[in-house]
Amino acid sequence: MATKSRRSKATPADDISEEVRLRMYRLQVELRECEQRAYDLFLQNLVKGTSHLSLGQEAVAAGFAAAMEPGDLTFCTYRGHAHTLARGVSMEKVLGELMGRDNGLLRGKGGSMHLTAIDHGVMGSYAIVGAHIPIACGAAWRAQYKGAKDVSVCFFGDGATNIGSFHEGLNLAVIWKLPVVFVCENNLYMEYTPIGEVTAVKAPAAGRAAAYGLEAITIDGQDADAVYRSAKAAYDRARSGGGPSLIECQTYRYSGHSRADPAKYRPEGELDFWKGERDPLRIYRHRLLKLGIDESVLVEIEDVVRQRVHEATELCRVAPAPAAELLTTDVYADGGSAWRN
Amino acid sequence: MAELTYREAVARGIAQEMQRDPDVVFLGEDIGKAGGVFKSTVGLYEQFGPSRVRDTPISEQAILGAAMGAAMTGLKPIAEIMFSDFIAVCFDYLANHYSKSRYMTAGQVSCPLVVRTANGGGLRFGAQHSQSVENWCMMIPGLKVVAPSTPADVVGLMAAAVRDPDPVIFFEHKSLYAMKGEVPDGEIVDKLGAAKIVRPGKDATVLALALMVPRALAAAEILKAEHGIDCEVIDVRSLVPLDTRTILSSVSRTSRVFTVEENPRLCGWGAELVSIIADEVFYDLDGPPVRITTPHIPLPAAESLEDAAMPSVDRITETIARRLK
Repeated sequence: MATKSRRSKATPADDISEEVRLRMYRLQVELRECEQRAYDLFLQNLVKGTSHLSLGQEAVAAGFAAAMEPGDLTFCTYRGHAHTLARGVSMEKVLGELMGRDNGLLRGKGGSMHLTAIDHGVMGSYAIVGAHIPIACGAAWRAQYKGAKDVSVCFFGDGATNIGSFHEGLNLAVIWKLPVVFVCENNLYMEYTPIGEVTAVKAPAAGRAAAYGLEAITIDGQDADAVYRSAKAAYDRARSGGGPSLIECQTYRYSGHSRADPAKYRPEGELDFWKGERDPLRIYRHRLLKLGIDESVLVEIEDVVRQRVHEATELCRVAPAPAAELLTTDVYADGGSAWRN
Repeated sequence: MAELTYREAVARGIAQEMQRDPDVVFLGEDIGKAGGVFKSTVGLYEQFGPSRVRDTPISEQAILGAAMGAAMTGLKPIAEIMFSDFIAVCFDYLANHYSKSRYMTAGQVSCPLVVRTANGGGLRFGAQHSQSVENWCMMIPGLKVVAPSTPADVVGLMAAAVRDPDPVIFFEHKSLYAMKGEVPDGEIVDKLGAAKIVRPGKDATVLALALMVPRALAAAEILKAEHGIDCEVIDVRSLVPLDTRTILSSVSRTSRVFTVEENPRLCGWGAELVSIIADEVFYDLDGPPVRITTPHIPLPAAESLEDAAMPSVDRITETIARRLK
């Protein structure tokens, strides 16, 4: 396999400022606590429908978001709560949407799988696997055409590497040299099936890079610093006209594919391994302490986040359901749904 | 006033809009240097250059996906799908993304774009390059659907489609590309959602679209000359939005209605129109609404078979004469 771990090992440990590191720690705690709350609310039957949690994958979302500039664009999948929160969207709006409340990000019209916040650069969570890969290319094409400096960042799972739009999108991005960064979150399972059982190459994304003339990049998706460095390099390349990058992050999801999946297909001990020494929050907390950050600073971050999750939850519990009038709004640009005169 | 072919009108309509608005960009397979496989985009690449007229690989998902990403971030793309049959390989964008993103995001996302495509039969291309698939798009809330039948309408409706803030699927008829017609000079901007009475009459309303419009008009002349039946022919032009006002008021006046549809029988656009007519002006009718369609079959390739499948001037004439007897 022609994959290699680029940049992360060669770069000195102090190239990331303390401010950025604390931001990434706070982000990871937020994503963990908010996602855990989403799961608890589901168990209380306050979150209906389906949801796809990012528990265990926090370092990917935090690292890529922390390295972005304000105008950069996030395209993510139905497993998109973490990426949405990582761009600064409020927990109240995210939890409200999951709970089908009027205070939700989409006023209850989209739900868990479609979180979108254009004003935060979250250009949508897409629930058809791979569909957003060409869409991110189109946004990058606009940036190129207009001479804008923003980068489109497109997150997807390992399963998406076997669908046609992945290959069509990558090819287009390379031939047009688009400012787009493709991020594969390889969490080892497409849905219920191990990705290795259904993929021709060992590394589902990096193993395909050569076919598009791209460098094969695999990184440790549980290490926010490694993610941040890799993200920065790819964004710089995109912004300077160097074209797209494809980054495969090795990560793991603690829960099943969706709420319906108890994940019984996993070998014994695997979850414990990832939740133990491979847990991104544990890795990062340990690193920050080793770098000399006082534990009280971290404890304060954790306390503040928990308090904010609590407050957001309480706001959502009492928020009203969306009014029936919303049913027929925003089908067309005139705000309504009229298809005839 | 100039006489243009329908295919020249396509290029003129696109050029008019690209000249007006630098945010209008155009992408598709062989549309640039080659001028389009139907030669309907000749000259655009030379006039607007490779950054605005972009040749793509054979990647229909990438074409429609990229158009959406560009549209939702501020451009106004025109995307070509070479044959409308190929919409089937990128239908996801029409069915799940263009049409639903505004609704699902409570109005945050706009997709102001046009997908233009060569639709319909008559060129002996067989079952996968000849279909009339406008009804595939008509059934999806959030899309708009137009199908012009004359060169002047091509230019005017193209302008209306490009300027519309919603995604518009623009069906050109490949058997009409060689048709000639007068096109007024200067800028032409039509509007979506307006049907046109192209032949006034008092005995029956004939609703037709695209290639079926000239056939319905030819049948109407024969019906008048040989049977004394005076048909009002309406070019529906826009399936969404649908100009039910023009259609219903005509049916109420004539008391009989025929649809002429190139699509296969089941769930053709005429079925929806007939259901609206039955619901809203039933007591103005003197007889049952009649649908003249392609049978519920794939289109065959051989000349004799394809001609037998699609509604012809003879079949339209014969059906209307028989049903009004």
